[in-house]
Amino acid sequence: METFVFLVAAAICLAGAFGVVLSKNPVHSALSLVGTLFGVAVLFVAQNANFLAAVQVIIYAGAIVVLFLFVIMLLGVDRAEDLKVDPLVGQRAAAIVAGVAIFALPVAALAATGWEATGAVSNLGPVAASDVPDIEGIGRVLFTRYIFALEITSILLAIAVVGAVMLAKKSPRAVDMIVDLPARQVAEPVTADVDGPGDATADAPSEEGTA
Amino acid sequence: MLLAAGVEPSWYLVLASALFAIGATGLLIRRNPLVMFMCVELMLNAVTLTFVTFSRMLDDIGGQAVVVFVLVVAAAEVVVGLGIIVAILRRRPDATADDLALLKG
Repeated sequence: METFVFLVAAAICLAGAFGVVLSKNPVHSALSLVGTLFGVAVLFVAQNANFLAAVQVIIYAGAIVVLFLFVIMLLGVDRAEDLKVDPLVGQRAAAIVAGVAIFALPVAALAATGWEATGAVSNLGPVAASDVPDIEGIGRVLFTRYIFALEITSILLAIAVVGAVMLAKKSPRAVDMIVDLPARQVAEPVTADVDGPGDATADAPSEEGTA
Repeated sequence: MLLAAGVEPSWYLVLASALFAIGATGLLIRRNPLVMFMCVELMLNAVTLTFVTFSRMLDDIGGQAVVVFVLVVAAAEVVVGLGIIVAILRRRPDATADDLALLKG
């Protein structure tokens, strides 16, 4: 039974992953990502990690992907990207070679150990005792051994909220400093050909830039 | 034969490395910053699947506890990363990762 569940969920995961990478439209990529996240959640259930499966569906598929879709719709960047063009010649082939190497390295390491985990077991306790479900074990570990790390993550979340508010705030000067780059280098030779006004317009942006 | 053998925990690890490799390849190939971000999420999910699988293989709850921290870091990363992407794409809707060359000044 677990073999059947694994094969189906693995097929969904891989199809979704290829969909993320190969979809021309970012909206299709986001929807494929939902498929992969759901497949991973099924694999969590198959391995008795029920709490993490619920968290996976709620936070990843429910919150993070919705955030992605919200940004795509907000910015209106949901148009197709031409995957045929290869701006850096050879980048695509090199990326595929690197991907195959990244896949082969852990599999080779796993094969070298005889397909077994060789690490030492910590003293945090078993996954699920007969009377203790997995959520209780996770809670016990998080609030005893990892309590300091848990408090640090709350600080991290607070910093992330402040950072998101700062980035989203309508502060024209700050945003100009970050993203108002010179439009394109193509425009410069045209202004250089003009004698009088060309110098004046060439000076003005540089003064703004230094100010 | 395959179905009769029963599922081995190492199959999950092979699947996780495949997901990680696909995400890494996509990160290197794609130029839309939003899709690159989704590929990073794909790689993070492969790592969480590895953690859960090792937690099962070693019968150790620590692997599942670490996944909670990975989730928190992923959420914070998405919030800040998407904020930066919104700030950039609002001014230049056609910006791709190749436009980083503009930073040469």
